[in-house]
Amino acid sequence: MHGNWRWPASLPCRTVATVPPSIITARDLRKQFGDFVAVDGIDFEVEPGESFGFLGPNGAGKTSTMRMVGCVSPITSGQLRIFDLDAASDGAAIRARMGVVPQADQLDAELTVVENLVIYGRYFDIPRAECRRRAAELLEFVQLTERADERVDPLSGGMKRRLTIARSLMSEPDLLLLDEPTTGLDPQARHILWDRLYRLKQRGVTLVLTTHYMDEAEQLCDRLVVMDQGCIVAEGSPRGLIDQYATREVLELRFVTGDVGDHDAAPAVDIAGIGDRSETLPDRTLIYAHDGEAALAEVHRRGLDPVGSLVRRSSLEDVFLRLTGRTLVD
Amino acid sequence: MTSDVATTPDGRGVPRRSSALRILPIELFAARRPHRLVERSVMFYRRAWMLLVSGFFEPLLYLLLVQVGFATLVGDIEVGGVSYDYALFVAPALLASSAMNGAIFDATGNVFEKLRHTKLYDTVLATPMTAADVALGEILGAVLRGTLYSIAFVFTMWVMGLVGSPLIVLAVPVCMLIAFAFAAAGMAAATFMRAWSDLEYVNAVTLPLLLFSATFYPVSSYGQWSWLVQLSPLYHGVVVVRGLNLGRLEWSMLGNLAVLVALALVGLAVTARRIERLLLR
Repeated sequence: MHGNWRWPASLPCRTVATVPPSIITARDLRKQFGDFVAVDGIDFEVEPGESFGFLGPNGAGKTSTMRMVGCVSPITSGQLRIFDLDAASDGAAIRARMGVVPQADQLDAELTVVENLVIYGRYFDIPRAECRRRAAELLEFVQLTERADERVDPLSGGMKRRLTIARSLMSEPDLLLLDEPTTGLDPQARHILWDRLYRLKQRGVTLVLTTHYMDEAEQLCDRLVVMDQGCIVAEGSPRGLIDQYATREVLELRFVTGDVGDHDAAPAVDIAGIGDRSETLPDRTLIYAHDGEAALAEVHRRGLDPVGSLVRRSSLEDVFLRLTGRTLVD
Repeated sequence: MTSDVATTPDGRGVPRRSSALRILPIELFAARRPHRLVERSVMFYRRAWMLLVSGFFEPLLYLLLVQVGFATLVGDIEVGGVSYDYALFVAPALLASSAMNGAIFDATGNVFEKLRHTKLYDTVLATPMTAADVALGEILGAVLRGTLYSIAFVFTMWVMGLVGSPLIVLAVPVCMLIAFAFAAAGMAAATFMRAWSDLEYVNAVTLPLLLFSATFYPVSSYGQWSWLVQLSPLYHGVVVVRGLNLGRLEWSMLGNLAVLVALALVGLAVTARRIERLLLR
């Protein structure tokens, strides 16, 4: 698919010789809209070259945080430093070194694919010839070279998102912000995108992304924070969080199809003591156990007869459920 | 100057309330690269040039209306004791009106679309560009487009024999000022629009302005209501452009120009603040 592709010279590729300060430092960061508290005093740091994620459901405060980091939303209180500059006072200088992939692509529908890239570079005062050179390279990188002179509208969702990523790279940013980069994309498009982001990460671009997909966080993030209702409820590597807040395996049981009301009470008593702990959801029961198959055998031994059962590795979804008592995507 | 005017250090231009000069559009000082948005418009119109061309026909129709219709019926008209051909009197007023119309059209519908639907300005504000750049850039784009039409209008007047004085060449920069003032006011209005139907309010303002800005007859014919006409910013544009075509320059025209400058500055300031409030929350 991308056999002969060569890393373009214009894309960031740097080795860190000395240890610079954190790229982002947030202390007691708050964002309030009237009475509504969107972000409720969070602390986090992002190191150079790191890939850092905000995981949480809709309304957790991820986008508000990203907008503050992107310097398009003034902070209500606290401290936010990016590139060792103050977000409250050096917004334009910070934005000049940052690439942004917004949730909605917001491509310029009046311009062609390549013009979208060129004019975006111009917003950063990059000379026109250089803009054209970078645009050609980046179109190659996101596999859109053949569509260069077409309008943006007919592109598929995946192509638009890739173009948006190319656009964000026009300024050769030190830091790339991605707000839910693959929401709404089909599985194939997601995998192409992940591959591209993974290449950027390998080249040392610092990525900060939000997602409500566990698999995305596990694929892309070195480290992440779990957000809920404006607060950070946990922090760590995907694997570390799973180890800390979940067991190795999860046994999923479904008892009564269709009738939700009947099943949750009875098994809750009957399964007591199987595995480390259990969670009862409206449509299924989860049993956290080191050995899922052994847990399932125990369920059968007790004479329970689930209509469906599944043993899987635990994921960040389970971490989130453990931390908040709720599922991530409903 | 800058010591009296406070911009926030990120250059977004939130006015310091205690400043003695707070009525000045501080946003002006926060603009760094408004020409980038003009460049974007040029990029767009390079391919969509048909959209540009269509704008030339409206003034042409106006002038035909005057030449073929009114002028023959009305005959001569007296201004300041001198008698002029009615067509020479009304053509420059139409030039001023068309500068207003073009600018408002460009700055309301087009801006509303980019502000609320295509989210162009959200994209632009994620770069080093500021709200002031967006406001000034879009207004300058409308002025640039309007200038093309004004030049074409003056040329058409000349071809039709409606030019009364070589001073009419100066009408082009005056029309640029008229376009700037109304583009700024129109863009400010666009930031308050919630739906396309709100464009009706814009029309509800521009049509009376066109009809009652001493466009078709001298301000004296309004009698005791002439002070009302003075409230129309377009009237002040008409006075200057007409004076240029009739070869009559007066010191009071500086006052007329000042009204337009004031409208331009207020419109620009309101626009930049509104964009900041709407998009940089």
